[in-house]
Amino acid sequence: MATQHSRSAARLMMAPAVVLLLGWMLVPLVMTLWFSFRNYLPLRGGDLGWAGFDNYVRFINSSSFWPSVSTTLIIVGGVLAITIVFGVLLALLLDQPMWGQGIVRILVIAPFFVMPTVSALVWKNMFMDPVNGLFAHLWKFFGAAPVEWLSQASLTSIIIIVSWQWLPFATLILLTAVQSLDGEQLEASEMDGAKPLQRFGFIILPHLSRAITIVVLIQTIFLLSIFAEIFVTTGGSFGTRTLTYLIFQRVLESQNIGLGSAGGIYAVILANIIAIFLMRIVGKNLDA
Amino acid sequence: MGQITLKQVTKKFGDVEVIPPLDLTIHDGEFTVFVGPSGCGKSTLLRLIAGLEDMTSGSMDIDGMDATSVPPSKRGLAMVFQSYALYPHMSVRKNIAFPMRMAGMDQAEQDKRIEQAAAALNLTDYLDRKPGQLSGGQRQRVAIGRAIVREPSAFLFDEPLSNLDAALRVGMRLEISEMHKRLNTTMIYVTHDQVEAMTMADKIVVLRAGVIEQVGSPLELYHSPRNVFVAGFIGSPKMNLIEGEEAAKHSAASIGVRPEHIDVVESGGMWTGTVGVAEHLGSDTFFHVHETGLAETITVRTEGDIMLKHGDTIHLNPRVDLIHRFDAQGLRIE
Ligand SMILES: Nc1ncnc2c1ncn2[C@@H]1O[C@H](COP(=O)(O)OP(=O)(O)O)[C@@H](O)[C@H]1O
Ligand SMILES: [Mg+2]
Repeated sequence: MATQHSRSAARLMMAPAVVLLLGWMLVPLVMTLWFSFRNYLPLRGGDLGWAGFDNYVRFINSSSFWPSVSTTLIIVGGVLAITIVFGVLLALLLDQPMWGQGIVRILVIAPFFVMPTVSALVWKNMFMDPVNGLFAHLWKFFGAAPVEWLSQASLTSIIIIVSWQWLPFATLILLTAVQSLDGEQLEASEMDGAKPLQRFGFIILPHLSRAITIVVLIQTIFLLSIFAEIFVTTGGSFGTRTLTYLIFQRVLESQNIGLGSAGGIYAVILANIIAIFLMRIVGKNLDA
Repeated sequence: MGQITLKQVTKKFGDVEVIPPLDLTIHDGEFTVFVGPSGCGKSTLLRLIAGLEDMTSGSMDIDGMDATSVPPSKRGLAMVFQSYALYPHMSVRKNIAFPMRMAGMDQAEQDKRIEQAAAALNLTDYLDRKPGQLSGGQRQRVAIGRAIVREPSAFLFDEPLSNLDAALRVGMRLEISEMHKRLNTTMIYVTHDQVEAMTMADKIVVLRAGVIEQVGSPLELYHSPRNVFVAGFIGSPKMNLIEGEEAAKHSAASIGVRPEHIDVVESGGMWTGTVGVAEHLGSDTFFHVHETGLAETITVRTEGDIMLKHGDTIHLNPRVDLIHRFDAQGLRIE
């Protein structure tokens, strides 16, 4: 029961936190905006004054811009699809009573604790290496020519690596959702004549929709900015240059902070478009 | 048709035998109530009949056909769960339609049955709502509607009214009884509440620790309980069970007198005591009487207008011909 008085007191006391958070967010954003309108080349004379919209025009007209956007979307979409499909399956599996359940659950969650750089290196050297990798040995065992994963199937490889990292997160969230399903609903549907696949489609999946929504939203936020996995494996070549990676190259490799900042603003816009899009499609699952 | 026969059915969870060998026949069209204290295995027995649990041993026939290993959906039984188990993301209409949809029934027939069920259960105005937007009683009706449309050979109810408030419970009790009279379908109803059992049942099955203590009509159980447990369980307020000297006078190990079979008299009487708590219900009054010289507190049920208070002296006279006598094993002596 908040009275007028206690409500204004609450506002007053929350103010420092709100100001701090706003500053935290606004300062970098405003600085990026500022630099994006400057001609700022640290190794070639520093801040050379106003550039108007030049940086924006150059960034969007660069031949790598649209491919980088589509690469970003493919990676995000691919990882989301894989983690959700396998996450649901794993969650259902882990929900079954089985021997050594505790250990299996810990093992499933383990990849989440491995740092992105490390897991990318492990995948690159131990699995996907065309000479010494486990996959190469497997292919050779069956008499096939080893695949040069990171150059021939570069996008697929990155999607596999990133999916491996995020699968535990999806599984964990979905597992808690599976466990919260009322067993009597499943029994009722069983008595109503629903076969296992129908029980999954009509009862389990709708029950999971909210958890799936959360997984999609949270993962999208993080997947839009994956970087280490690309840096360590392909270095942005073979069509794996995401928008984030392109910005990194503009800023550090071509030492053009103005151009990179303009890219950063595009990235913010892209993220917001995706966010609005996602909230439209899946956000309604969060109401009610 | 809906005759269900259980033969030597047992159920173990691990090493714990919840249902020792049990035989029971439920006749077609009968309203059978399983009643017993919490944890005595009523739900387990019902779930065995439904096929949601596997029997450890024994067999079961439905209408003379062996149904022991028939899957739940093929037994032709419909179950109403204690938690209602409605599908929360489906509208009332879709919930009720679900079993028909799974059976692949044609749409026109589905709609007809939904309309009928909704009309019978007063749900017509709520067909497009989600279960979350309904009251407890309405949810209960939806669950019943979902069972009715399947036209099962028997209905199974697991404590369907225990989540409702007292007033609603009485109303729903009547509705279910009326539904039974109308449909004339076998119903098996599980409850721990002996009032529900007495008011609704054609046949009551009293269970204790998985064992059937007695099977009979409500009045059979009331008038001639087979043992002390049934005597104490059936009837409200509970029967007075008296042991020791007083029982020996009737040459029994214990005797039972129902509170309504004790008269309050002006003077004399078999027992004299003081009133502890007097519960005035208006129509009746329950007196809890102490210091009668018996070890047990005696409960008496009288007309509502006898105005005795706490501490007053009361003279009691049990109707001797209505006293139940039990032997040392707790079994009834005729
Ligand atoms: N799935 C189960 N696993 C182990 N024990 C169970 C299970 N279900 C029920 N029980 C045990 O069986 C006994 C009877 O339970 P139940 O049939 O639910 O009783 P009631 O419905 O009469 O209250 C209880 O002691 C309960 O602990
Ligand atoms: Mg129960």
